[in-house]
Amino acid sequence: MTAETSKKHEALVQELLGRSDYTIIGEIIEPGSKVLDLGCGEGELLAWLATNKRVDARGVEISGSKVARAIARGVSVYQSDIDQGLADYPDQAFDYVILSQTLQETRHPQQVLREMVRVGRRMIVAFPNFGHWRTRLSMLVSGRAPRTKLFPYAWYDSPNIHFLTVQDFEELSAMEGWVVERRYFLSGKRKVRWMANLLTEVAVFQVRGK
Amino acid sequence: MIVEANTVKFDSIKLDSGATLAPVEIAYESYGRLNAAKSNAILVLHAFSGDAHAAGISHDGGKPGWWDNMIGPGKAFDTNKYFVFCTNVLGGCRGTTGPSSINPVTAAPYAMSFPVITIGDMVRLQRMLVDHFGIPKLLAVAGGSMGGMQALEWAVSYPDRVVTSLPIASTVRHSAQQIAFNEVGRQAIMADPDWNGGNYYDSKPPARGLAVARMVGHITYMSDDSMREKFGRRLRDKEEFGFGFDVDFEVESYLRYRGSQFVNRFDANSYLYITKAMDYFDLAAGDRPLAAVLGAASARFLVISFSSDWLYPSYQSQEIVRALRSMNRDVAYVELEANYGHDSFLVDVAEQANLVRGFLASTFERVA
Repeated sequence: MTAETSKKHEALVQELLGRSDYTIIGEIIEPGSKVLDLGCGEGELLAWLATNKRVDARGVEISGSKVARAIARGVSVYQSDIDQGLADYPDQAFDYVILSQTLQETRHPQQVLREMVRVGRRMIVAFPNFGHWRTRLSMLVSGRAPRTKLFPYAWYDSPNIHFLTVQDFEELSAMEGWVVERRYFLSGKRKVRWMANLLTEVAVFQVRGK
Repeated sequence: MIVEANTVKFDSIKLDSGATLAPVEIAYESYGRLNAAKSNAILVLHAFSGDAHAAGISHDGGKPGWWDNMIGPGKAFDTNKYFVFCTNVLGGCRGTTGPSSINPVTAAPYAMSFPVITIGDMVRLQRMLVDHFGIPKLLAVAGGSMGGMQALEWAVSYPDRVVTSLPIASTVRHSAQQIAFNEVGRQAIMADPDWNGGNYYDSKPPARGLAVARMVGHITYMSDDSMREKFGRRLRDKEEFGFGFDVDFEVESYLRYRGSQFVNRFDANSYLYITKAMDYFDLAAGDRPLAAVLGAASARFLVISFSSDWLYPSYQSQEIVRALRSMNRDVAYVELEANYGHDSFLVDVAEQANLVRGFLASTFERVA
């Protein structure tokens, strides 16, 4: 793929999915692979991957109405909570296990990540970076639980129960002995080149087990 | 769409019990057209008291089919696109050989001399019909409740003949509670003196016993919510209690009506045989664990359960899904929010229709 077509491709995915982490994920996934998307919503990403990358696409989603819409668009999604949803799968059942912007909502993130490493050859984890300067500033200035574009909720009705930063994820990976193969740091649609922990809004990690 | 049942006769069928039934007839209805590649055939499987009349308006009674809201031009099982057919199950009383059929040896109805049949036997007879049609592989086998049992049985018994399997509001085996309700129904029939050991075909059928059995059945198909909504404690055509044992409550009237109606269209001995087949059904009855049994299936699965279904609770569907997942099989699953209890798959079909339509379309694209 030339730089030109790559750019077009990125723009297309961007338009299609409207989420920068999806663009990155679309780039990473190899054609024809087996993919499991955790917290897949209405299956937008999976449907796109199935059509454009001919992947064998599966998904897990807790909301029944979202699962229904995903199945209606032809994606094999099952209704389950992520914290428990992986236990049934055999080891290394997938080439990629995706967790996109949901890690901070899980009850036992470490357990979920370990399960992802077990059932997939690689995991792709995208999450909003709690270490972004705006988040830090919001808390410093307001003296209250931070509310920003990335974390728009009041503390009492936020789905986010485990906040983490780019640095936190790097440290957990090192502690677990996982290998970070690729990292993408995004601020809006731009890639962050330096001071990732301070400037990244959304981080995407590609990780494999030991 | 006016439809009519057809019948195909086979020389014999060997049954799981070891008995042979000869000859055997199977009644079916079909809708839509089989394409040249014979790749668009969908076998729809009826629940306990259903029949081959799944869709359209019957040419004799003028009645809509039991899944008419799901099957037809532009509907979930789109007959503009697919060839959809439905058979009456073995042991039934609506055209397929059952206990009320004439035994050629005695020239009298089989009654209780009819061999005990299984879900596996029902599916084997359906496969004979599929062979008769010359269909190499069914695009889908789909059904609710006992129909779902058959959809599962198809997928594991004939894995190379099924592209997708849709067990809805179903289970791999009956629980004690499900067996218990069936047993109450059977006992109600057999306690009716008119049942007469099953020999009632030239006299009065056990109408009271069969009606009571149906009343119990109807209660299990509804939910507390739907009964409260539909009947509450409303009285039937009166302002005050009658202080007697005639109908007081609306719900009593409904159950009595449903019970008496059922007697006109269903054979009491079929009730006994078919409920027994359901109770015997256990997909993992042998030594192999459920996952190994389901692992033999190559079909893509769509499993659906309903939130208010307490007769076939969601955990039973989830058991299917978990076993399939442990074998890394392609399975989609959702528990739909619906108020109508077990009946939801028949009456509350808007969301179910969307799921089935999308699931079939995406699969048909791959095989076509």
